[in-house]
Amino acid sequence: MAEEEVKLYGTWVSPFSRRIELALKLKGVPFEYIGVDLSNKSPELLKYNPIHKKIPVLVHNGKSIVESLIILEYIDDTWKNNPILPRDPHQRAVARFWAKFIDEKLLATGMKASLAEGKEKELLNEEILEQMKLLENELNGKDFFGGEAIGLVDIVATVVAFWFPISHEVLGVEVITQEKFPVLLKWIGKLQEIDVVNQSRPPREKHVAHVRARMEGLNSGSK
Amino acid sequence: MAKSDVKVLGFSPSPFVMRARIALKIKSVEYEFLEENLGSKSELLLKSNPVHKKIPVLIHNDKPVCESLIIVEYVDEAWSSSGPSILPSDPYDRAVARFWAAYVDEKWFSALRDIGSANGAEAKKAAIEQLIEVLVLLEDAFVKCSKGKPFFGGNQIGFLDIAFGSYLGWLRVTEKINEVKLLDEVKTPGLLKWAERFCADAAVKDVMPETDKLAKLRASAPPSS
Repeated sequence: MAEEEVKLYGTWVSPFSRRIELALKLKGVPFEYIGVDLSNKSPELLKYNPIHKKIPVLVHNGKSIVESLIILEYIDDTWKNNPILPRDPHQRAVARFWAKFIDEKLLATGMKASLAEGKEKELLNEEILEQMKLLENELNGKDFFGGEAIGLVDIVATVVAFWFPISHEVLGVEVITQEKFPVLLKWIGKLQEIDVVNQSRPPREKHVAHVRARMEGLNSGSK
Repeated sequence: MAKSDVKVLGFSPSPFVMRARIALKIKSVEYEFLEENLGSKSELLLKSNPVHKKIPVLIHNDKPVCESLIIVEYVDEAWSSSGPSILPSDPYDRAVARFWAAYVDEKWFSALRDIGSANGAEAKKAAIEQLIEVLVLLEDAFVKCSKGKPFFGGNQIGFLDIAFGSYLGWLRVTEKINEVKLLDEVKTPGLLKWAERFCADAAVKDVMPETDKLAKLRASAPPSS
């Protein structure tokens, strides 16, 4: 029997990379993790992702798959146990919609906000809160976005569950609270009960230190 | 199935709306097309897509599906036993098709828009060159995906054909207005021929807007979904 060779090129702190780890771990797929130095990209990485030159990259039996949402769908198409997407076509469409919303709207707004200043920053931060409210509403009544077990949207939304609070902590603000986002808060608590989820997060102290250093870098004008 | 079970909320010139309609045609699904006035969006649209308030929206048995490529995947799955498959069956081929579709929506779309918004001849020239670079990459993708067959999807129109082909009307308008050939025999011979086949295909020809009509709309940038 041919051996399945699965490699994941990523970084310890990228939510896009760690969501792939989570999906592979959920399905019990053995893989080799290769940490990438983004300031010095290896020829291997450039070979596997020549167009975007980014991580994560999944290499399965020599073939590379890139773009985290596409990789997640590939993983679900290839390893059928513990499905990430629901079976019903409409529910699948809804899951894909929210996954896309998180990456293309929420995170994009977050990126813009982090680079903006003054009034523009204020407005963008308000937009982020509105978008988080939409997520909260989508979750309402369910343990997870995926229903009784975590699914695509939960996996993608780990960025909100774990990366957002770290940024908020460094900024000295409290956003995901019982008062403002009780449903998201409860959901995060449930996520933290799942071993593979905890295994697929950056270590807290290291993560805080990293974000702090980056924000200081941004504030001092360097990027 | 009653026609009213399936509705598409759209705007005929939109490439994104075309995607939904091509997919439904491939699956021989009858539907009611509701043309939206984008300056005054209908109650149904606002209710069906409260998050983005954009078209296209597919409504199937009163359940809305939003985002054009998500709609195409939905149509493929909901009517899986009708007509040919739109997505490839092999997981890797699916990933490749999705990759290039995402690339089209990101890089191609913004390059096309940059031509429209370019100020002055120099900027326009640079924007056109940028677009042609994108096309050369897509030509390479076409060669790899089609493997000698007529379409990205093989013998029949598939996901990536729909994703990229839906922009051909706007590509032709851009060529006409800027008096430039974007697809040509030297740099993009495969795509040049593919474009003709795509536009002539039974699933496409009735929903591809006429170049002249699109040119008149050119006052605004190509419609976003």
